[in-house]
Amino acid sequence: MKDFLLFPLYLARLILQSALLAVGQIWVNKTRSLLTTLGIIIGVASVAAVIAALEGMNRRILENFESFGTRKIFIWPERPQTGRQKNIAYEQIRFEPEQFDGLLEHCPSVEYLSLMTSLGRLPGRFMEHTVDAVSVTGVDASWFKIENRPIVVGRPFSLLDETQGRYVCIITTQLRDKLRMDRDCAGQIIQLGSNSYVVAGMVDDKPNNAMLFGQAGEQLDAYIPYTTAAKLLYRPWIRVMASCRDSTRAEEARAEIRFFLRQTRGLKPGDPDNFGVFLMESEVRRFKQVMEMITLVAAGIVSISLLVGGVGIMNIMLVSVSERTREIGLRKAVGARPGAILTQFLVEAVVLCMIGGFFGVGLGQLLARTIANSAPLMEQAQIPGWAIAVAFGFSGGVGIVFGMFPAMKAARLNPIEALRHE
Amino acid sequence: MSKPCPLIEVHQLERTYIIGAEKVRALRGVDLTVYANEYVAVMGHSGSGKSTLMNVLGCLDRADKGTYRLNGIDTTRMSEGQLAHIRNRQIGFVFQSFELMGRLSALKNVELPLIYSHVPFWKRRQMAKEALNRVGLGQRIGHKPNQLSGGEKQRVAVARALVNQPSLLLADEPTGNLDSATSEGIMKLFEKLHAEGQTIIIVTHEADIAARARRIVRMRDGQIVSDLSAEQDMTRQDGHRLGIEGAAR
Ligand SMILES: Nc1ncnc2c1ncn2[C@@H]1O[C@H](COP(=O)(O)OP(=O)(O)O)[C@@H](O)[C@H]1O
Ligand SMILES: [Mg+2]
Repeated sequence: MKDFLLFPLYLARLILQSALLAVGQIWVNKTRSLLTTLGIIIGVASVAAVIAALEGMNRRILENFESFGTRKIFIWPERPQTGRQKNIAYEQIRFEPEQFDGLLEHCPSVEYLSLMTSLGRLPGRFMEHTVDAVSVTGVDASWFKIENRPIVVGRPFSLLDETQGRYVCIITTQLRDKLRMDRDCAGQIIQLGSNSYVVAGMVDDKPNNAMLFGQAGEQLDAYIPYTTAAKLLYRPWIRVMASCRDSTRAEEARAEIRFFLRQTRGLKPGDPDNFGVFLMESEVRRFKQVMEMITLVAAGIVSISLLVGGVGIMNIMLVSVSERTREIGLRKAVGARPGAILTQFLVEAVVLCMIGGFFGVGLGQLLARTIANSAPLMEQAQIPGWAIAVAFGFSGGVGIVFGMFPAMKAARLNPIEALRHE
Repeated sequence: MSKPCPLIEVHQLERTYIIGAEKVRALRGVDLTVYANEYVAVMGHSGSGKSTLMNVLGCLDRADKGTYRLNGIDTTRMSEGQLAHIRNRQIGFVFQSFELMGRLSALKNVELPLIYSHVPFWKRRQMAKEALNRVGLGQRIGHKPNQLSGGEKQRVAVARALVNQPSLLLADEPTGNLDSATSEGIMKLFEKLHAEGQTIIIVTHEADIAARARRIVRMRDGQIVSDLSAEQDMTRQDGHRLGIEGAAR
């Protein structure tokens, strides 16, 4: 019983002793050890660098998603793939504004909702300055909140603007500058197409998400109240944007919207939806899953190089065992149990691999930095903490797996035969 | 007074080496009993099985047949681990070729068995120093083997064998690699250890070395051919020699 309790203590002491012994042994054969661990160094470095690159890319893309807005929901009419509406004309499944009345009250997970309709590209003029094409869109005041584009100059659409369909607009910085308007452009009057609008306010240009969502390019945009746009168009083609209160409630929001719209659009049970609800959040989730898979697969493939390193370790450990056969014989003669010899050589292999892992992580760090400097997409490439832990764990594991055979060979030696070895 | 339990009880020990198709019967039924505090010399021609016997007695090797009881415990069926434990605690083995570790100081060499008996390092140092003092090498503890003479190396090896206070000290031709003056020193050391109560079995083929023991066992072709006290053995050897000389005359 006492022995049983003391066993972990003995084992810990044995491992510590073996580790000290191993460090000594490795120090004696510095050059050889370093060359041997080269395989491990390169393996660990490449695993670390690949993970760093993928992580950096991942983080950069997620940031882009974040700035694009992960809570966004897009809703648009869509012809069902099956059912009686399969070949229906788009005209007949268009959104009507009334279909969205009361949606916010019935969908508690939805925070904002905005109808949108495009007036297309219209010529713009301010005093004697003109631009050929301003993209004019009718939106609700809440659209700026969904898009996270605060009004930086002037004011948002007022309730009166919206209910009366007033001729007011909110323009982008680029449009203001192109038309040479005052910095504080609020209150100035511009011509868009055949109508004049009072500039209520200005929003900053969209952040440049060139990588993910295409070059933003020229942003000569003007936004007018949806109601105003509806007055100007015969039958506006409506798209809808919404946002959920919290990205964790995105799926709930989708369910609520579907339930609500199926009712207001008069769909019967069993009818397929004739509209689409697209969640930014589920795209992000899918992207994350894909990225995780890619990272795992890439790391797995690169780990094969670690196995090659492991074979090198096994080879040198076999050499070490045969060089030190007499030593092993002596240790056994003075009372080393097979387990103690096994531990000694196993720990030596593991320490060798861990040293390789240490230098490998260092080299990987250098590689990661080089990668980070090489492309803007990789700017954030750095080895995450878990990858360092995994790299160490893996090299330790390689040490155990590939050190086991030589260590067992040493442990099984007959003391007398070992002592007689030249 | 009842007879004490023997330290060593060997019965019908056999050991056969197999090299390819060839079989060498190194031990062919050896019986031997040794009590505590005995000082035994094993003699015999080269190849007579002395080392083989010593290796079995030292639990470095296993017999193929027969039994070997050490301190009343049968070692024949013991596991490798149990044998290692016995080598560590009960047996000190001195080799002809010293078998010191070249990279380690004398002190570290002597500490080696203590590592495997889980003695903490602060006690190891003390115990190793004491053992080196016992063999008269207290001043040389920091020297590496290549800085020591042959006799000094063998003293370090004896200290290593003694450090765990074994019940049995085995020495296989301990003076085989030494000149006669140095051998004399080692033999004095063995005598001193025996006087202190140490049980010793020593292999030698030099008569004057064997003469210092209390009991002489002679082997030939894997068998014990005579087992007498040193005095009896000497007279008998003299008798032999006289007989041979007489015949020659
Ligand atoms: N490892 C071995 N393999 C094969 N034969 C051996 C081995 N060791 C000893 N022998 C043989 O066994 C016999 C006894 O050897 P050994 O015990 O070393 O004798 P001694 O020590 O008395 O000279 C000899 O014939 C020797 O050749
Ligand atoms: Mg011999």
